[in-house]
Parts: sequence; C-alpha cells; structure tokens
Amino acid sequence: MHSVVCLKQVPDVTEVKIDPETNTLVRVGVPSITNPYDVNALEEALRLKDKFGGKVTVITMGPQMAEEILNKAVGMGADEGILLSDRSFAGADTLATSYVLSMAIKKISEKEKVDLVFCGKQAIDGDTAQVGPGIAARLNYPLLTYINSIEDCNTENGSVKVKRKVKSGYEITETKMPAVITANRDINQVRYESLPDLIKAARYKAIVWGKNDLNLEEKRLGLSGSPTMVRDIFAPEEKHGGEKIYFDENKADETIDYLINKLVPSVIIPN
Amino acid sequence: MALIITAKKCIGCGICVQACPVDALEIVNGISVVDEEKCIKCGKCVRVCPTSAIELEGYIKPKDTKPKKVISAEEANMSCSGVWVLIEQSNGEAAEVSWELIGEARKLADKLSTEVAGVVLGENVDKIIPDCFAYGADTVYVVDNPVLKDYRTEPYSQSLSKLIKEYSPEVVLMGATTLGRDLAGHTATLVNTGLTADCTELSIEEETRLLRQTRPAFGGNVMATIVCADHRPQMATVRPKVMEMPVKKPGRAGKVVREELEMKEEEVLTKILEKISEKSGAVYLDKADVIVAAGKGIGTKENMKLVEDLAEVLGGTIGASRAAVEAGWIDVSHQVGQTGFTVRPKLYISVGISGAIQHLVGMQTSDVIIAINCDENAPIFNIADYGIVGDFQVILPKLTEAFRKKLGS
Repeated sequence: MHSVVCLKQVPDVTEVKIDPETNTLVRVGVPSITNPYDVNALEEALRLKDKFGGKVTVITMGPQMAEEILNKAVGMGADEGILLSDRSFAGADTLATSYVLSMAIKKISEKEKVDLVFCGKQAIDGDTAQVGPGIAARLNYPLLTYINSIEDCNTENGSVKVKRKVKSGYEITETKMPAVITANRDINQVRYESLPDLIKAARYKAIVWGKNDLNLEEKRLGLSGSPTMVRDIFAPEEKHGGEKIYFDENKADETIDYLINKLVPSVIIPN
Repeated sequence: MALIITAKKCIGCGICVQACPVDALEIVNGISVVDEEKCIKCGKCVRVCPTSAIELEGYIKPKDTKPKKVISAEEANMSCSGVWVLIEQSNGEAAEVSWELIGEARKLADKLSTEVAGVVLGENVDKIIPDCFAYGADTVYVVDNPVLKDYRTEPYSQSLSKLIKEYSPEVVLMGATTLGRDLAGHTATLVNTGLTADCTELSIEEETRLLRQTRPAFGGNVMATIVCADHRPQMATVRPKVMEMPVKKPGRAGKVVREELEMKEEEVLTKILEKISEKSGAVYLDKADVIVAAGKGIGTKENMKLVEDLAEVLGGTIGASRAAVEAGWIDVSHQVGQTGFTVRPKLYISVGISGAIQHLVGMQTSDVIIAINCDENAPIFNIADYGIVGDFQVILPKLTEAFRKKLGS
C-alpha cells in the first residue's frame, strides 16, 4: 500500500487580524501551519499503512520554508518527503499547481507504484477545493471527494470503498485504485507523534525537486501557466453599522428591556 | 535606498518572487521578504505587485496596474460565445442555485449580447428542460443516459468537457455545492482553463468583455476580483443564495440540443453502492427563522450551553463560525459562512463572533442582526443592527430570561 499525500503550507487564517485603523489585513506574525484538512488526509494514509503495511510519501509545492511541514509529516510517521520548489513555480493558480503535483506523482509512481493520492478537501487560505480534482483529471485517476471514512481497502483486487458526504446525506462508493481521495476533517482524529518519529523528523532532510527534475513545460508553470489572475484586491464593502450599545451591568435590565422591545415585534415570535 | 515591502498590503501571492531576476525575494510566513544583499533594485517586483505592496525610491509604479496583455474583445472571445449554467439535479429535481445562476447568466449574457444555455446531465431529465427556458435559458444542452443517473465525476466531467470542446462557450457557471465544486475542478483541468471558486459577485468588464469574478480571498479578509484573460471558457462556481432568484416565465421556449454520452457503464471505475439519507439533518440552518451563532469568543465548549439556551427559548437553530467548529465545540453542519451555509433568517444573534468576511458573506442578508462581542472594534459591529459591547456570559442569561418571560414559555 503506497499513498502519496499532498500537503500545503498555509497561514493560520484564524490568526489573521484586521487592523482597525486602516481596515487592512495584518499578516505579520501570522504563523504558518500545515493545512488542517491535509493533516487529516495524512492521518488517514498513515492508518492504511498501519493496517496494510507499505509506505506514505508526502509532497508539497512551495518555497524552501515549506520543508517544515514535510518534517512535521515525517514526525507523524510519513516515510518520505518531497519538496517541489522552483522559482518558476511561484504565482501558480490551481491549474498550474495541479500540473506540478501530478507530474511529481507520476515520477513517484514510476519508481514505486502509487495506490492512493490523498488531499485535504480544501486549503483554509484559498478554500477552492480545486487541486484534488485537478490532480485526478490530469492523472486520469478516479476521484472521490469529501470522504468521511474509508470503509474498506482491498489490496488484492485493488479496490477502495469509502463513505462520502453528499448534499442529501452520505454515499457508499467504491472505485479502483489508483485513485485520488480528498478528506473531510471528521474522517479521523489526528495522532500524537511518537518519540522515534520525532527524532527521525528532527534529522530528516526532504528531497527537493525543481523544474528540471520533473521534465516540466515552462509555459505551464507558475504565473505563465496560470489562466486566472488577480485584477483587483479590495477591502470588503463596509456596511454602515446600526446602533452600538455599551453594556453596563448597572443598567442591565434597562438595556435588555430595550432590546427585547425592539426585537419582539420585528421577529417571527408569535407573541 | 532600499526596497520597502509593506507587510499589511502584501498578500503573499508570490508574483514578485517569480519576477525577481536575482532570486532576492522569498515568501516567508505568507509575506514577501527581500534579501538586501542580493537585491539589485531593478524595480521589476514593484511593477508586478498587484497590491502595490512594494516600493522603491525613485521608482514609480505605472498607473495602470492591469496586466500588460489587454486583449481585444474579438481576441478574448476566441470565437467562443454563450454563458452556460450547469443545471444541478438529482432524481430529476433541479437545485435552486441553478436557477439563481440562470438569472445571473441572463444579466451577463445581455451585456455580452450572447445567449444563455443550461446544461442538463442525468437520466430521465426532460422534465427539467421547460424550467430552464422559463427561468431564462435560450438553449438547453441535454445528455440523457442511464450512466448519468447518479452523479459520478468521471462520466459527468467527460460529458461536460466534451460539450465545452464542441460548442465553445465563453463562460461556464455552476453552484459551489459539493457536486459543483467536484465537477468544476475536474472539468476545468480537462479543458485546460481557469476556474474561480465561490464567487460572490460576477460582472462584465466592458472594454475587454472579461468576466470579473469576485470572491473573498486570503483567509476571507479581503475581496479579490479574478479574471481569466486568455483561456476559454471562463469558469466559476457561485455560492447558493448569493444571486437573486429570477422570475419564472412559464411558456418561454428555446432550442434543445441533445448529445450522446460516449462512456459505457463498464468504463466507469466508480460505483455507488448505497445511499444514506441524512437523518440528523435537524439543523436546517438555511431554513431557520432564528439563528443564534457562536464564535471563538465564547471560549469553551461549556459556554455553548448559554447559546443553546437562548436558541431554545427563541425556537431557533444554533449556528457557528468556522473558528468555533474548528475548535471542536460544535459540528460542522452548523457552520455559517463561505465554507458553511449561507443563511437569511429573520433574526441572527451572533455571540463572540468577530466577523471575518467569510462569515459575513454567509449571514449579512439576515433581516435583523444582533452582535454580542467584548471587542468594540470587531468588524461584526459594522453590519449589526444592534451591536452590544459586553460580556456574553452576563448578557446571554439575562436575554434568555427576558425572552422567556416575555414569550411566556
């Protein structure tokens, strides 16, 4: 059982604040983390390895700094980490990103057959959920998105059975490996790192592949390989706020009465 | 003289990194950082930065920040025409978002002087066709085949990409639903074009005929307008309930184009073995009249109780911000916002939610919004009808009690 897990280093958007004076984004000091959905995807791949043996390879595309998240993944139990880093990759949109990732997976699978490719459902910085489907389309692997659990994995006949979230509930779906799976957060509880793995991670040096290692077409990379471009960036339209009430505990009852009287008539409540 | 990067403006897009001829720039923690020793102060990064975050003394960024390559309408269209909407359906029932998008497509198509087309994929879907016309489509492309009975990526994406290659639409829209996001990402890759997810606003840029696709970006704290200049079609997914529902005009007619599916059932590797309807879906956030929503500010899972009590007395439903969901205090099925539900209740009470744009886009059209937060600068107050600055642990129980008395329950 060989799984490749695609990871993305993202700013921890829950830590991003808005500067109240300029109403702009404060990105300084925002920590970088592994996209949380990807961590669940990795955990699921590790569980399959625990059950069936085999190997977990983690890959990420990004600047040198993204190596950190590969080491963290090794600390969780991944066997090998590959950093896809090249100046020509910068500015890539999801189309150019899935190109590089899929070419890397192709190269990995030439050396060692790949059974499953894991991605998080989406990344918390872009929220597009496009790269997983893009990889599947490029590799011509079947795609299973929004997976809540892997029900069964048959290494003999090469099939995988999953439970996936759909609009009306859930579906039990089966497909042939190799396949691409994108994971929901509730697929599992992420493990604590073991000491031996942490020691391994501390000494681990990820493999780095650039443009020339992957035999890539220059025009499909980075900015030039990205059909979408940012035209404008602006602060969200500020709506005019309504009434602001500073809650004073000494006048609590008054304030509550005031609010209730305002609300009750304007609200559904059959009074 | 040095290169100055204003961290506040930098969005970490990496465009400058690629533009730099001497490798002096790097994205560190999401912000571009310059290595002064390597920098030759050529100004290339200043020129390409989309947010004017980079300054260099004596170097003035050209006024026109738009990409150099502004193409003519004829070139841009590349002989493509038509605004298409994928009509999402299950068991012959169309999803409402598809009609909202037909309405939006109508506005865009009128600007472009082109037609609106609905794309219907499935089995026994003919009864949807008249509705497509009634909501504003001029043409309906239909692929009706047993293989398409239930949604599976492979045959759906193959059908849609084949239609796109054959008829060359200018724009393709679909709902940002589980199905739409699965299909859009796959199909856009097969037809090798750009895709913008979760748009909240679409418009046409007159001089270029380009589709301006606006969405919250970079953690949802800014809005970005994206264009796809030299690939066709321009593809976008749009959140349900963001666009207005068009008026239905029964009896309106149009052209039906039928296509065959090339894929045979035995060629489809993915099989659906079982469907389980969600029973625990008692949340019905999108149908609730009253929502009491909790955010990171409530601090602990135990404090959810205060929120639940208020929701109960109001006969409301519990909502949550993404931070509260990610903290594990409440299930993701309660999440309101860009990645959760878009809601429009009569009363929305937010507790300890600061109001990131991603949350706001999901609830700002509520009839009455009450915000309770201890931070008087929280952005949520900008959209609240009544903003209460104070401690929710004191306010909520009093509010619950007062409502209970008033409502006599």
